[in-house]
Amino acid sequence: MKSLYDCAQERILVIDGAMGTMIQRHRLSEQDFRGQRFAHFHRDLRGNNDLLNITQPQIIRQIHEAYLQAGADIIETNTFSSTRIAQADYDLQDLAYELNLSGARIAREAVDQFMANHDHKPRFVAGAIGPTNKTLSISPDVTNPGYRAVTFDEVADAYYEQVKGLVEGGVDILLIETIFDTLNAKAAIYAIRKYFRDAHRQPLPIMISVTITDASGRTLSGQTLEAFYISVMHARPFSVGLNCALGARQMRPYLEELSRIASCFVSVYPNAGLPNAFGEYDELPHDTAEAIESFAREGWVNIVGGCCGTTPDHIQEIVRRVQHYPPRPLPIVAHSLQIGHAVEM
Amino acid sequence: MNSQNVIQPYLRLSGLEPLVVRPETNFINIGERTNVTGSKKFARLIREGKYEEALSVARQQVENGAQILDVNMDDALLDGEKAMTTFLQLLAAEPDIARIPIMIDSSRFNIILAGLKCVQGKCIVNSISLKEGETKFLEQARICQDFGAAVVVMAFDEQGQADTLQRRVDVCLRAFHLLTEKLGYEPQDIIFDPNVFAVATGIEEHNHYAVDFIEATRKIKQFMPLCKVSGGISNVSFSFRGNDVVREAMHAVFLYHAIRAGLDMGIVNAGAIPVYDEIPEELRQRVEDVILDRRPDATERLMEYAEQVKAKGKQVLKDESWRQGSVQERLIHALVNGITDYIEQDVEEARLQYPRPLDVIEGPLMDGMNIVGDLFGSGKMFLPQVVKSARVMKKAVAVLLPYMEQEKLQLQHTQSTQQTSKKIVMATVKGDVHDIGKNIVGVVLGCNGYEILDLGVMVPAEKILETARQTKADAIGLSGLITPSLDEMVHVAQEMERQGFNIPLLIGGATTSRMHTAVKIAPEYSGGVVHVQDASKCVQVVNSLLNPQSRQDFLKNIHEEYGQLRINFQNKKSVKQYISLREARANKTHINWKGYRPPVPQQLGVQVFTEYDLEELTHYIDWQPFFIAWELHGKFPDILRDAKVGESASRLFDDAQVLLQRIVREKWLTAQAVIGLFPAYAVDDDDVMVETPEGLVRLCFLRQQLKKVAGQPNLCLADFIKPQASLAPGETDYIGAFAVTAGIGIEKWIHYFEKDHDDYHIIMLKALADRLAEAFAERMHERVRREFWGYQPHEQLSNEQLIQEAYVGIRPAPGYPACPDHTEKRKLFHMLQATTHIGIQLTESLAMYPPASVCGWYFSHPESKYFGVGKILPDQVADYARRKEMSEEEVSYWLRPQLND
Repeated sequence: MKSLYDCAQERILVIDGAMGTMIQRHRLSEQDFRGQRFAHFHRDLRGNNDLLNITQPQIIRQIHEAYLQAGADIIETNTFSSTRIAQADYDLQDLAYELNLSGARIAREAVDQFMANHDHKPRFVAGAIGPTNKTLSISPDVTNPGYRAVTFDEVADAYYEQVKGLVEGGVDILLIETIFDTLNAKAAIYAIRKYFRDAHRQPLPIMISVTITDASGRTLSGQTLEAFYISVMHARPFSVGLNCALGARQMRPYLEELSRIASCFVSVYPNAGLPNAFGEYDELPHDTAEAIESFAREGWVNIVGGCCGTTPDHIQEIVRRVQHYPPRPLPIVAHSLQIGHAVEM
Repeated sequence: MNSQNVIQPYLRLSGLEPLVVRPETNFINIGERTNVTGSKKFARLIREGKYEEALSVARQQVENGAQILDVNMDDALLDGEKAMTTFLQLLAAEPDIARIPIMIDSSRFNIILAGLKCVQGKCIVNSISLKEGETKFLEQARICQDFGAAVVVMAFDEQGQADTLQRRVDVCLRAFHLLTEKLGYEPQDIIFDPNVFAVATGIEEHNHYAVDFIEATRKIKQFMPLCKVSGGISNVSFSFRGNDVVREAMHAVFLYHAIRAGLDMGIVNAGAIPVYDEIPEELRQRVEDVILDRRPDATERLMEYAEQVKAKGKQVLKDESWRQGSVQERLIHALVNGITDYIEQDVEEARLQYPRPLDVIEGPLMDGMNIVGDLFGSGKMFLPQVVKSARVMKKAVAVLLPYMEQEKLQLQHTQSTQQTSKKIVMATVKGDVHDIGKNIVGVVLGCNGYEILDLGVMVPAEKILETARQTKADAIGLSGLITPSLDEMVHVAQEMERQGFNIPLLIGGATTSRMHTAVKIAPEYSGGVVHVQDASKCVQVVNSLLNPQSRQDFLKNIHEEYGQLRINFQNKKSVKQYISLREARANKTHINWKGYRPPVPQQLGVQVFTEYDLEELTHYIDWQPFFIAWELHGKFPDILRDAKVGESASRLFDDAQVLLQRIVREKWLTAQAVIGLFPAYAVDDDDVMVETPEGLVRLCFLRQQLKKVAGQPNLCLADFIKPQASLAPGETDYIGAFAVTAGIGIEKWIHYFEKDHDDYHIIMLKALADRLAEAFAERMHERVRREFWGYQPHEQLSNEQLIQEAYVGIRPAPGYPACPDHTEKRKLFHMLQATTHIGIQLTESLAMYPPASVCGWYFSHPESKYFGVGKILPDQVADYARRKEMSEEEVSYWLRPQLND
């Protein structure tokens, strides 16, 4: 089978859309979330989407299948919040490893089955690694700017556990996404490097996706896009990109910049526009896909898809519109100062 | 813009904002005051837990121009890990400090590790070393790599600190190999600290420490050009503790020389380095003697001097003699030295002398800032000093502003038109931090009644355009000083077009030019793009642009002017008629070959000339192209007396003579040549067969296809070689080939000037090397005519006559108008074995390296002459491709200038 790298050089790859939006459509009850295993758990569990990997695996699998049907090349595991730190909100911190393992297995099976039943075009599983709900660079206490709710070691350990579950469950890619604090992302990179070293395994490709929160063009932790990219270059990522918070149109200037400075592949999977007055995403597949097509036309992207509010319909429309554009060529990475200095006028 | 993107191997660091260390980046200042071992005040604040105040020390460093902040908590009385963590976490909440990268400085790795866990940006670890052996070194280096930090490697190994030149270099090389080979470090992430030790300690072995550091720096940069070199600068003056005047002078002098050798960054007290040129002569001499170890009694002499300044007492230390000068001189002095003490009274005094407050700005203040710009450009001022100057300038302008406001009101009153002032959005583009020029333009425009919305530096396109839209601005002004800014300006123009703007775009800043604006920026935006040469021109330009009556005419003129520039640039040709290749061949040069006996060369075959006498070549220099390289147009030597550019041209010429003498005397460059004279004859109309030691070679030439007036031939170089068919039995014609270079060894000197950020001398050196190479080609051609081919043994031509090509025969160069196909160079190089013999390389794109090289063919026929092939038609492309055994695509690729209109 063709490697991920070869595929990305050949064509624009499409990553799937929102998981949460799709889960909401099932209007699951507290009981559904609990399933049998947690029927008598001492805390409310409704809203803990990642728990469905254990209690409602068939729903998660169906969602993966819907995205595969829509034409996605890469699907994300349902493990965005499967860290010890995020799960502590539900008192399920000790379930973190298992959530990742199950999440990875469900996606792995969905992809393998789909490829067996359809063509043999390669499709990939990306293990989703979210930002956790605690920040390493920002104090949650305005009166005490030096305070931190969590330590670097705690975050790195939590990620280590998550990465172990994802890799053992069979993912092809590790996707550090929705990064709003670079130091959290650095803890994830640190954990990934450590895990593969400890496990003596061949490292998996890493995708890194940052969230620019508003028109300031900065991350929540205050970095400019270029400063962010420089801070995570040591991961030698397979790709770097943008997701969440903004719609495709708002991402345009940042994407252009990223495509100019990144030495690796470039990804973008925006929300379906900005939320409306009710906090819902109502941008139609046509609109999202049109904006993404304009990125492909500019030659800025290698991997595209959707984040909050996007659905298999969005993904299908994106696939239809970008498939004829060539991917952004990888830049030349010079190893001496002699190369590529354009002749000045 | 869309050419393939190249990511350069620059050291890239970040705080909240990026810091990219490019080759043209000036020396980088690392703020040293947030170091408990170096600053008593900071140590006390940390020990007492006064972190708020400790942060203000950091802020001060940033304000004074520190580009990286060194944080050190190595104090026996402190819990270093805790102090490092607390300080860095607090610092993260201060965007004005956290915007620059952090250098985590400790001799204890556990403290470094604590720091690494607090920093979101890409920081520097200072330091790791081989002190405890390779295993420990690699383990610590790997941890730094896990956090994505760049590392400072101290020249320190199992045997101790490296204190000789050789040891410094050896230890660094060893560390380099370990890091790159064992851990896959990027070389640009490695920063060496070859140990700054105190000099003038009274111990003789220490006298050479500074020189050794400087030389080690030079060697490290030579062997490992992507790596960086840093040092703790204040160590050098340790023995003069308590005498800041001497210490600061020592720092300035040491830095001046170390930066020339390649020092990229240093830990300094940003804001307390005097300007090298402004150190009193006597002190500078004595300090230089110590730093450069120039005389055995250097230390004593400096101590003597130090005693004197000390005896005078602290107050007297300040040299106030400059207060004696005129108000203009005082203002300039205050700007150059960053002194704000008297600025208000001096400005006020000046204001009363000049008719308008604006005149004070445009007069003495601008003069001062120009000097600052020059000193900065030549590496004699550092950023912190420039920041100080800018601060003085701001203060000065602040004094004048109320008067200018008043003037403006009166003006409006008298004109009684209460029109709202026009708005101009100004910004230094993203990626660039230089704003002195922009600020001056802003001030000048502000004084002329415009409302300036200055967005500051590093402003992304989106923000500029958003602001312009929201404020309904009347124009946008972009500024930038570094080369990458040019691309960013193109980008802004493209975005303005895409977003449907129609207000004019003004372009300014040191690297911008009318030509670049015309060729690269103006075509991207239809709303009007104007290059503004300098602050003095901006008012006139903006007045014309924003006045509805003059605007159209002005833009129309600009449009025409830029259009012309583009035409000149692309060398477009007007519509002409062309004929088929067959017709063109029928109209070849008519030479009566029958009675012609080709001259037989005195010396057939290949001859090599190594290390040719440069002095001899200087007499053959054609100076006119030299001035063109500097964009000074005019005939030499008349240009030296030209009313407009004569003064600059003369100065340039004088500087060139000085540098040329050094090049010749000190043998900076090596000139080498290879020539060959071979039997040859023309075949198939346009080709020449050459018998060389490397075998029979077919040279292919191109023929003019432009329709000529009657009697004018369609030329091809092959016309000047006797055709095979016309040769008498046993007879042959000849052709020559040559390759010369005067650029061998130039890299070292370019590097030498680069380290000094001395672009002027880099350009000068390159331009002179080019001139020498051309002179060499001229000289060799002369010798060929007189000696080696010998068909003009008695030729006696002056240099002017040579330049006017009064000689018999020609030496056209492949890639130039008469034979524009570069690929023929491959044959020429093969025939002469030019690379083996004299070391000129042919690059993939068929450029010669070193660039100061010339190659070409010799033709001896008296009717041979220079011409341009001009445009050719597809029939010739096909024919030529067949003769060259190349595909038409490939031929078309190499001949694209000949195919396009």
